[in-house]
Amino acid sequence: MDTKDKKTIFLVDDDVDYIFQMTKTLESMGFEVISACGQKEAEKKIDEIKPDLAIFDLMMENKDSGFILSHRMKRKHPDIPIIIATALTAETGMIFSLEDKDDKKWIKADAYLEKGLRPDQLYREISKVLKL
Amino acid sequence: MSTLKLLIVDDEPGIRSGAERVLRNFSVGYPFMEEDFTFEILTAETGEKAIELIESKSIDIILLDNKLPGIDGIEVLEYIQKNEYDVGVMMITAYASLDLAIKATNYGVYNFVAKPFKPEELKTSVENITKNLYLKRMTQSMDESGEGNRFQFLSVLSHELKSPINAIEGYLKMMKDKQVGVTIDDYKEMIERSMERIKGMRSLISDLLDLNRIETGHKNRNIQKLDITEIAKTVIDSFEPMALQRNIEISMDGDDDIYLNADKNEIEIILNNLVSNAIKYNRENGKVYISLKKKDTNIYITVEDTGIGMSKEDTELLFQDFVRIKNTQTQSVPGSGLGLSITKKMVELYKGKIEVESTPDVGSRFIVSIPAV
Repeated sequence: MDTKDKKTIFLVDDDVDYIFQMTKTLESMGFEVISACGQKEAEKKIDEIKPDLAIFDLMMENKDSGFILSHRMKRKHPDIPIIIATALTAETGMIFSLEDKDDKKWIKADAYLEKGLRPDQLYREISKVLKL
Repeated sequence: MSTLKLLIVDDEPGIRSGAERVLRNFSVGYPFMEEDFTFEILTAETGEKAIELIESKSIDIILLDNKLPGIDGIEVLEYIQKNEYDVGVMMITAYASLDLAIKATNYGVYNFVAKPFKPEELKTSVENITKNLYLKRMTQSMDESGEGNRFQFLSVLSHELKSPINAIEGYLKMMKDKQVGVTIDDYKEMIERSMERIKGMRSLISDLLDLNRIETGHKNRNIQKLDITEIAKTVIDSFEPMALQRNIEISMDGDDDIYLNADKNEIEIILNNLVSNAIKYNRENGKVYISLKKKDTNIYITVEDTGIGMSKEDTELLFQDFVRIKNTQTQSVPGSGLGLSITKKMVELYKGKIEVESTPDVGSRFIVSIPAV
């Protein structure tokens, strides 16, 4: 893939190992990755960068860090798609989906993903959101 | 549908019937409550009659006028508080002096509505007091059963246990798929990170055991006269290797004959947690200073570091379960977030106190004081 066409993904999580693994996986798919560890660091970076896609963890410093970041990101760049990635369902049994009209009203994200997807599933979801 | 008993206490018949009319068909709903609350209205024209009804009818909410013919509203409040009735009280009064407001608030009044009031005002106030009462009763029953805390603790715990498992599983998958190379050396970093996460889990489990020890109470405690200086020396020795790795110097001074009647393991847990934090959150070539002092009837254990320190807001959260101060400086430091909450609970077992003073980028000082009985 030509560097000029390389899409940049802004990846935010509070687990350094998850960032490491996701970065490797996304890079092997041909994406450029900018990462931030935690909500605070991400908030700073939102003002500095303009990625093609953002992937946010949900629970970081706050239980709704991912939603807060989505909100900020959409305010600054309404067109950049956002994926919320979390292990929430596996851990708590709570389910969010963006199919539900009520959820869609306040969750400012474009897709919602469970963590631990296989690389090919992940690529499919990213392609869908990026309209590749 | 559940019905709450609402008592209107006022000597003016117009107010009683007016309020009754407004509230008769009123109901209060809450998004997460299965059913709405409706109200059964009772009225009383004097404080004496009100007390009679409070005693016999298990009233939930009272709208109370202060100026009454016999005993006044404040006295009714006093009676409610003395007998610890579980009611929500709202004062309705034509003129409330500051003095009355303060008195009433001290007696647990939820709010005030000024007379004359509009139906909407009354409804809003009753809605608020109903929700408040509902939440208060909910938290009470959760606290009594310990359910609230327990639920939160377990959900955070499962998160804390699962994230290292996910991380290690992630690395193993990458190795299995030979994602970054074909020789074992290509995965050196991943193997090291996995080991690091396993270490973190192990320390979380040992912290849980410490916590369990506190919560189950006095089982297996062995209280004896302990030489605190001696224990501190052993603890420092055990952390020497960890400190050496980052060239951190540990020093100690203080009075020699400091004795405490305590359980050796528990005192070690306190010292271990404080000293290991002082090393973990220090800078390269930093210093850790431990001082042991006896003053009056207290023993003071101070552990000071030259580390990253923290802000005032952060220090306020520090002793709660699973609170870890998250920033770029702490993200690579392993920890369960239980160490200081355990330390605090241990110190409190000995009727002691723990305090922290900290300055970002300068260092932190933890001071434990325990009565030396």
